[in-house]
Amino acid sequence: MAAPVFPKGYNIKKRRSQALAFGMFRILSISIVLILFAILGFIIYKGAGVLDWDFLTEAPSDGMTAGGIMPAIVGTLLLMAGSAAVAFPVGIMSGIYMNEYASKTGWTVRFIRLMTNNLSGVPSIVFGLFGMALFVKYLGFGDSILAGSLTLGLLSLPLVIRTTEEALKDIPDGIREGSLALGATRLQTIWKVVLPMGMPRIITGLILSLGRVSGETAPILFTCAAYFFPQLPTSVFDQCMALPYHLYVISTSGTDIEAQQPIAYGTALVLIIIVLIINILAGMLRKWFERRLKIK
Amino acid sequence: MKKIADKTVRWVLTASGFVTSVVILLIIGFLFTEGAGLFGEKVIEEGYVLAVNKDNPVRVLDAAQIKAVFDEDMTNWKEAGGPDLPIETFRLEDMDEYFTEEQLGPQYENAGTLITSLVASSPGMVAFVPESMIPDDARLVFIEDCNISPEEVFAGTEWYPTATPAPLFGILPLLAGTLWVSFFAILIALPFGISIAVYMSEVASERVRGFLKPVIELLNGIPSVVYGFFGLIIIVPLLQQVFGLPVGESGLAGSIVLAIMALPTIVTVADDAMRNCPGALREGSLALGATRWQTVARVVIPSSMSGIASGVVLGIGRAIGETMAVLMVTGNAAVVPHSILEPLRTIPATIAAELGEAPAGGAHYQSLFLLGVILFFITFFINLCVEYISSRNRAKNS
Repeated sequence: MAAPVFPKGYNIKKRRSQALAFGMFRILSISIVLILFAILGFIIYKGAGVLDWDFLTEAPSDGMTAGGIMPAIVGTLLLMAGSAAVAFPVGIMSGIYMNEYASKTGWTVRFIRLMTNNLSGVPSIVFGLFGMALFVKYLGFGDSILAGSLTLGLLSLPLVIRTTEEALKDIPDGIREGSLALGATRLQTIWKVVLPMGMPRIITGLILSLGRVSGETAPILFTCAAYFFPQLPTSVFDQCMALPYHLYVISTSGTDIEAQQPIAYGTALVLIIIVLIINILAGMLRKWFERRLKIK
Repeated sequence: MKKIADKTVRWVLTASGFVTSVVILLIIGFLFTEGAGLFGEKVIEEGYVLAVNKDNPVRVLDAAQIKAVFDEDMTNWKEAGGPDLPIETFRLEDMDEYFTEEQLGPQYENAGTLITSLVASSPGMVAFVPESMIPDDARLVFIEDCNISPEEVFAGTEWYPTATPAPLFGILPLLAGTLWVSFFAILIALPFGISIAVYMSEVASERVRGFLKPVIELLNGIPSVVYGFFGLIIIVPLLQQVFGLPVGESGLAGSIVLAIMALPTIVTVADDAMRNCPGALREGSLALGATRWQTVARVVIPSSMSGIASGVVLGIGRAIGETMAVLMVTGNAAVVPHSILEPLRTIPATIAAELGEAPAGGAHYQSLFLLGVILFFITFFINLCVEYISSRNRAKNS
């Protein structure tokens, strides 16, 4: 039997359309990389000249036209810590419940997952409204670090739950059964076997959620952020400055654009650096974890 | 002892499992009570009345009409169903034009009587004055003060929350602005997003993929104010030059920034979906002599369509809810947009821009919470769509 003979141009046409399509995809992908580098490069280029020790350690002065951004950096770090204190314990426990206790097919897990997914889709400004109505007004915390941390904590909760759940899901059941077969209780199994194994991935997720919190502006607009609060906060009921809010205020409602634009570039650069550090840290942890798995 | 500890832990874990559900309920509860309060508010500012001459048969004016009257867009009572009589408006600020300081008295104690007699003597006048100023025996009639009605809000095309005497809370311009910007953002992001996802999962080598993935994650991690700042400094002036606009802050600027921000979501989800496409399908197609591109276009993409769709829908959700970047680049004009090159204003941007200035508990404050409720339900609906798509997908695969 003779081999099937394709018309001569057939293959070339197919090849051409493939080359065309894949080439286009490649160009579009490269353009995304270019966009990222344009944004990063632009801000690094413009901000690098502003960034020095004084900028990082001084309070703003002369009506926000001079000085540094130290209170905003401290405020953002405090808010990150505060939201972590809210979201981490609750989120991790919730993730453990979903993966270790609740029945996988029952309505509770389906319901909680639906609610968690919905919460993660709620726009950040709605969290801001909610935080203002509940924490600032109803519970009477006022504009404070406490109210801001609680709002940001709730915002990052779905992310923490999801990472915990996914980290625990990949741990094989055999390991749990082995521990239970040795006479350990369920709690001991979770505490001594499951959590330590899942920890690296949970920590990676937690770090990424901190990154998200560090850049959020809308939720703290009405719960915490102060336009100008040069001294450092002394209690959780104080307002504080925050980097993203500072950038927003300075770049939109500045009074002296000439003097304030460098500060805006500097603030944006510090924000970007925080995000970069967090992403690199998370990436390194992930690699380290993967290597550890391979050895086993 | 161990058992008790186990039980307590179990109880605590269960409780924390339901925290997100409780938060959702609390969000709905708080936003709803504040937002629904808007419909209990009066149209005319609290403590004030609109007084007219008693011979004037007009008793009812809705908020839009009141605004038209005081903006002098409506100048004859005929338009409000009254007699053919020119409308004269009177506000407290106009007092000096009508009366001298001696007439008013040092503490303005005569103002009430003077205004009463002024209105009583001019048949076409409508006066916007504090109720306490008008003497009890004044022979004036007041325009009936209705509650703010849902149709004024949901079908209203004008958003003037701080107008006096009657603020207007028509949400249509904001809703249109939100949908308009998000629509164009997705229109821009969609071809990019799908192409990059296809490239990452089907074409690129592992090394290129290992480089692209962190890039996408980094794009996702950049704070929205930084995007807004970048848009304000680069994209806005660029658009102004390219299109010769009077102001560069426009819907298009918002769409471009939103497209960049929605991209990581679309790419990540669509990439995941295509990588989960079973290898056997791919191999079957290749074995039949199809090229890689034919396989991608006719087998991989159709079979992972639902995953791609949920990525796109999630991207839409992200675009609709985005606040800061949009607030910074769209120019914030609360008008129904006619073209994407005009300034416009979205629901989240309105909340962010106005809540700080709205007095707590007032109609303006409540209207912003109502906007929050609307936004919440739009995104809630979008999430349910995603759930539906992915549950259908699971059913198909199993």
